[in-house]
Amino acid sequence: MSSPKIDVEDLSLRLGEAEILRDVSLRVEKGEFLTIIGPNGAGKSTLLRCLDGILEPSQGRVLIDDRPVSGFGRRELARTVSYVPQPEAGPLDYIVRSFVEMGRYPHLKAWAALTEVDAAAVTDAMKLTGVIELADRTMSSLSGGERQRASIAAALAQGGSILLLDEPTSFLDYRHQVQILDLLDRLHHESGLTIVAVTHDLNSTVASSDSVLALKGGRVAATGEPAELLDAEVLAAIYDADFRLIAGGHRGLPLILPARNGS
Amino acid sequence: MRTSLRLAVLGGSAVFALAVLPLVGRQALPFSAFFDFQGVDPAGIIFWQIRVPRALAAFVGGAGLALGGAVFQAIFRNPLATPYTLGVAGGASLGVALASRFGLSLVVVGLSTTSVAAFAGAMVAVGVIWVLTRLRPELSSTTLLLAGVAMNFFFSSVILFAQYTASLGDSYRIIRWLMGGLGGVDMTTVLHMTPVVTLGAAVIFWHARELDLLATGTEIAASRGVAVAPTRTLLFLATSVMVGGVVAACGPVGFVGMMAPHICRLLVGSNHRVLLPASVLFGGAFLVLCDTAARLVLFPAELPVGVITAFLGAPFFLWLLVRQVGSPSARP
Repeated sequence: MSSPKIDVEDLSLRLGEAEILRDVSLRVEKGEFLTIIGPNGAGKSTLLRCLDGILEPSQGRVLIDDRPVSGFGRRELARTVSYVPQPEAGPLDYIVRSFVEMGRYPHLKAWAALTEVDAAAVTDAMKLTGVIELADRTMSSLSGGERQRASIAAALAQGGSILLLDEPTSFLDYRHQVQILDLLDRLHHESGLTIVAVTHDLNSTVASSDSVLALKGGRVAATGEPAELLDAEVLAAIYDADFRLIAGGHRGLPLILPARNGS
Repeated sequence: MRTSLRLAVLGGSAVFALAVLPLVGRQALPFSAFFDFQGVDPAGIIFWQIRVPRALAAFVGGAGLALGGAVFQAIFRNPLATPYTLGVAGGASLGVALASRFGLSLVVVGLSTTSVAAFAGAMVAVGVIWVLTRLRPELSSTTLLLAGVAMNFFFSSVILFAQYTASLGDSYRIIRWLMGGLGGVDMTTVLHMTPVVTLGAAVIFWHARELDLLATGTEIAASRGVAVAPTRTLLFLATSVMVGGVVAACGPVGFVGMMAPHICRLLVGSNHRVLLPASVLFGGAFLVLCDTAARLVLFPAELPVGVITAFLGAPFFLWLLVRQVGSPSARP
């Protein structure tokens, strides 16, 4: 699969008086896995929403394979870019299969039944994420990790080749974090998807990625490979906190520990 | 039971409600009245000219209210939403209260003053919502919900004022209308409300998949390709006009619109391509049943159907909820 690349050019976004993003530029190559880090309120999720055209920038633009996102139709964009937001509970409950089938929306007519292609995409996505055994369970009966995998399945069923994730491992216990990370690795290396993930998980998610972008106060504070950003001084400047680095992390990278006073 | 079978059972109850319940009443009619289309016997005349139009109005009204509730519960992502949440019933009631208070006469193409005033009032409420969504398209559903609640309070206060300053007779007429009832409906009413409800229902049915996604969350809906703001506005308008048509004919009958979608979700799940038809069948049949009870309970007098809907519906609803707790097979 040939995944498109993403370019962001001088993107700024204001909501009322508040400037959420300022002059952000970045490039994600085909098949690259980029993580976005930074303190709370730095504009990470906002940037992700701009990449999916959910929010429109005040200035600058987002390009998918050199085509501005604003020129895509909503359904057309949905066939290229899939977004996994942070989980929010709704009042209605769907079985997992129905929820994943909703991912096919940009390919469907109003009352037309799912075609064989649609059904195959849904089944493949559920197999890949390991939720096929949960197909008839209700979303509300799933654990946090299972629900996150079902959300990713729905995004994959959409059939796009760019996957955006907002804190995919937050709120998950260690086993489920590992399952999600293994899944992202497979989507990255085997399916060749272009992946952008917002995360606070420096040791696993950032360490698995190809490159990192740090936001602070709506501006790009640092970019580079994980090895460059997983550095005590760089991180201290990004998060305004002290860190201790310990050898022995993923892929030869250091393990990052926030340092408490006196430690 | 499979979903399709449950739908078939709902369809059967709808046919029963429309074909058999009109035979029940002050004068129990023989089944032969059903085949007396020409009105040869008095039984045939009562059946086809009085009871069937009334049953049809109840069915169309109940169906419209149930659909309206299903749509608003999905869009607002709130199980307490009703078809009246955006102030349609409040606006209609205000129209009727003002028309009664000031003795207005607004007969248009065979519609009664009450119906015209109710529909006009409902459209004022729809207009306010439309202006709100036009001025601030980014308003969240929660904000709109609160705007609707505020509008309802405003309408209520003006209605109370109109009632307080009205004569005893006018005041009673207003209260009587607020209870909702099908006493005055005839075939003309049915012919007026059905196109309005059908139009709204068509728009709603066309957006079944969008309703699934909007219920799941606006961000997910947007990222799956739904144009959230225009879709939401279209559904608000279609639903509100439809509900306005129902309220103009039947008054602000309560509870059906909130409860029917919940019962249908327990029966057939949340998938709107099944839930919407189920709501039409259940809401329609339920209001016909309630109206039949309303005709009989205080016989020979008649009870406003709005008194019956909650009285019959609430215990049944509670029973369903309690039965569902702890049952792992609770359907999606």
